[in-house]
Amino acid sequence: MNKTVSTINDAAASELSVRAKPTADGEQHIDLTVGGMIGAHCPQVLEKAIGAMAGVNGVHVNLANKRAAIDYDPGRVKVAALVNAIRRIGYSAGTASIRIPIKSMHCSSCVTRVELALLLTPGVLSASANLAINAVDVGYVPDAVNLQTIRAAIESAGYKIAQPEPADIRAAVEDGMDPELVGSDREYRTLMRKFWFASAVAIPVMALSYPNLIPALRDWMPMGSDTRRIVWALLGLFSLPVMLWSGSQFFTGMWDALKHRAANMHTLISFGIMAAFLYSVVAVVDPGIFPDPALAEVFWDVTDVVVALVVLGLALEIKAKGRTSEAIKKLIGLQPKTARVLRDGREIDLPVEEVVVDDVVIVRPGDKIPVDGKVVDGSSAVDESMITGESMPIEKRPGDEVIGATLNKTGSFKFRTTKVGKDTALASIIRMVKDAQGSKAPIQRVVDMVAGYFVPTVLILGVLAFVVWYLIGPEPRVVFATIVLVTTLIIACPCALGLATPTSLTVGIGKGAENGILIRSGDALQTSQQLDTIILDKTGTITRGTPALTNVVVSQGLGEDDVLRLAASLERGSEHPLGDAIVKGAEQRGLVLADTVNFAAVPGHGVSGRIEGREILLGNAKLMRDRGILIEGLAGDWERLASEGKTPMYVAISGKPAGLVAVADTVKPDSRNAIGALQRLGIEVVMMTGDNERTARAIAREVGIERVLAEVLPDGKAREVHKLQLEGKTVGMVGDGINDAPALAQADVGFAIGTGTDVAIEASDVTLIKGSLIGVVTAIEISRATMRNVRQNLIGAFGYNTLGIPVAMGLLYPFFGVLLSPLIAAAAMAFSSLTVVTNANRLRFFKSKRIAS
Amino acid sequence: MTPDRWIVLTIGLLLVAFIAWFFWLKHTKGVHATTTSGGYQEAMILVKGGYTPDTIIVSRGRPVRLSFRREETASCSAKVVFEHFGKSADLPTGELVAVEFMPEEPGEYGFACPMGMFRGRLIVE
Repeated sequence: MNKTVSTINDAAASELSVRAKPTADGEQHIDLTVGGMIGAHCPQVLEKAIGAMAGVNGVHVNLANKRAAIDYDPGRVKVAALVNAIRRIGYSAGTASIRIPIKSMHCSSCVTRVELALLLTPGVLSASANLAINAVDVGYVPDAVNLQTIRAAIESAGYKIAQPEPADIRAAVEDGMDPELVGSDREYRTLMRKFWFASAVAIPVMALSYPNLIPALRDWMPMGSDTRRIVWALLGLFSLPVMLWSGSQFFTGMWDALKHRAANMHTLISFGIMAAFLYSVVAVVDPGIFPDPALAEVFWDVTDVVVALVVLGLALEIKAKGRTSEAIKKLIGLQPKTARVLRDGREIDLPVEEVVVDDVVIVRPGDKIPVDGKVVDGSSAVDESMITGESMPIEKRPGDEVIGATLNKTGSFKFRTTKVGKDTALASIIRMVKDAQGSKAPIQRVVDMVAGYFVPTVLILGVLAFVVWYLIGPEPRVVFATIVLVTTLIIACPCALGLATPTSLTVGIGKGAENGILIRSGDALQTSQQLDTIILDKTGTITRGTPALTNVVVSQGLGEDDVLRLAASLERGSEHPLGDAIVKGAEQRGLVLADTVNFAAVPGHGVSGRIEGREILLGNAKLMRDRGILIEGLAGDWERLASEGKTPMYVAISGKPAGLVAVADTVKPDSRNAIGALQRLGIEVVMMTGDNERTARAIAREVGIERVLAEVLPDGKAREVHKLQLEGKTVGMVGDGINDAPALAQADVGFAIGTGTDVAIEASDVTLIKGSLIGVVTAIEISRATMRNVRQNLIGAFGYNTLGIPVAMGLLYPFFGVLLSPLIAAAAMAFSSLTVVTNANRLRFFKSKRIAS
Repeated sequence: MTPDRWIVLTIGLLLVAFIAWFFWLKHTKGVHATTTSGGYQEAMILVKGGYTPDTIIVSRGRPVRLSFRREETASCSAKVVFEHFGKSADLPTGELVAVEFMPEEPGEYGFACPMGMFRGRLIVE
């Protein structure tokens, strides 16, 4: 029950954030986020409905940012009523809700007291305490009240919270992993007990069922003797609990399905073992019914062995299936439990659930960073490999983003939280991976179609086989017909078919997440393996997206460092991004910058100023010519740098040409490697950019791309993707999720290069958490490996059933005299689905084939 | 053909006809979701050998909340997938799990366990 509450309300809470502030005349203003607005008519509907309420003075609904701004009189209308009104007309303005267990709440008056105390707390919309579960459900506005206030309210009523219960991370994955794990573990142990019991009975039963094969037994209980009949009757008695207890899940499973007029694996096994059992009962109770005493055989062994093997198969399958979701369990395990928060000037350790946005969190060396935020003080190196797959620690300084669940290595720092609970990058990743694992690959539609007809078809085939063997089969016909019926029912394995795709998908998508690649759906996974063209956006995808100093050229007699130092000192005053690149470049060379006087910017041309008594100029050719500086000696170098796609700038010192500094958007270190790897995978790589042809070509040459689409306007990117698709290609597009969103959507697979904590925002098919192109290569490799695995599974499962069933029906008998034993059929069936799961698990050992850069 | 063969043949064919009729020619009447004060169209679905009810009728354009309660341990039904809506939910035994989504277009949408052995239909009107 608990879970439902958190699931439903988290969904609502994600759509709601509230800020209430008092305005003049006792009027209050509140901004409510409204979910579920789908068209232009929605704001009007909402405005009308809310505006009509008594106490509401004004309301404005904005469709774009999904907010309802409401002015209201708190004396006449409560926030709760506003929220209810919005919900009533079909939109979701939920609140966060939480179930808090309360210690020693025993009387009904306690209930009232707790509820009252909570309802009096501003920001709490509803409170309902329940004696039966000793807990109170609180609906609250997350921005207006925090857990501490709620706790204080409960304590003020004289009660205590039993234990910190809210677990946002669990809510984020929609339900806890633990109960599931405990459940499957319990199931495994029960099945194993059933298996041991069944096999303990099966072994003696098997020996005594074939007395003719063992001379001693044959003499002791000859055919047709009473001894034999009595021994067999006893065996039947022993086999009864095997069928009814060890095999109980088959009967309940069959019965539950039959009530829905559906059939499954349990149906087949139940019918199979029942047929064998009933035949044996008849053989023992009334052997006279058979024309020949040799016919009065028993098949207890079939019942026992089939039950034992299939139960063992089920148990092993549970174990193996548990491993398929290992990746997500690892992710869930990453979530830290506590955070050291600075509140009222004191450091306190809080459960991570109680950290709220804008808290300042202190992180020491070796600590896990509890939630997402921005560094405000201190610096350190942070190991983000668990989230991004990036193996090198990342330097963090004030202003940098930190991601929850990553590991602080060297220094201490403080950060201000920006995302907590289910909004953190980790929680979003977990939610996305779970959703993706639950989605279906297109290839599975075929399987789904077959699955609906599979079991009844096998039942029909079993009956037909029985009839045919009875009509034209060799004597003893009844025995052969029965064996064939039982074998056919037992060998068919719908599970192997059903498991083939989902298990591989679960492992494959989990594997992606481990490498910092979020594959959003089975659809994306399947399409990725077919890509034959990949378009890379230049800025921010192939390149870093920020300019950096690349070259310093100096006139004769001057030092490189000297020219750079003066240029950088001059640029320190400007706020131009190119200037920033020069300053950073100088700092990297360890140069100490000087102060500038008389700084002046010449818009569009450059900057000038006086440093250490010398007049310095930095800018383009026009600036130099205007000031009468002879730059012809540097023109050749300028031309060369420009042709490399860089931006060179002239430097002049005291009226003389001093040199050039060039900045450029630099290529990410592994872009070249990644592009080479893509080409080796047989994929054509195309670069797309808004830059001019020359710059674009220069970068393309550097990274080894031949086809360049330059001077593409931002809104033309999607059209370029479409053009390539019209060439008959399956196109993947890699870009940042914001500017390139239309192009990503147009592509068959859109790869968004994400950085930091925004992983879940953009709507792409694949999100690469680490901002490197290598992720695209790994994503394609994973999709190819996964789909290959799926195909292996499907071929195996289809092949097994299409070969196994005819053989079981006795198709080989007329030609080779071969008839399958039901015991072998049971073993084959039990292990075919296990094989499928095991094969899917092989994907866990997937390693990118690309040579490490 | 001996009489016993005739009998077996007849019973066999009847059985085949029965199986085909029983499993394939079923028609379930849909259950209408009830609309709650919260504006959701809600329905409870029991997961046990199948979905009960297995056909839910809702109207378009209003949020739907289907609450699943799984009362069995068979691993197949441990998850329910709404393929069209891109939603899925794990269903731990004995717990009520809600799946919410917004049906925009009228039509018939399936929901099923990942292996497709359990199937239900959602009819959007």
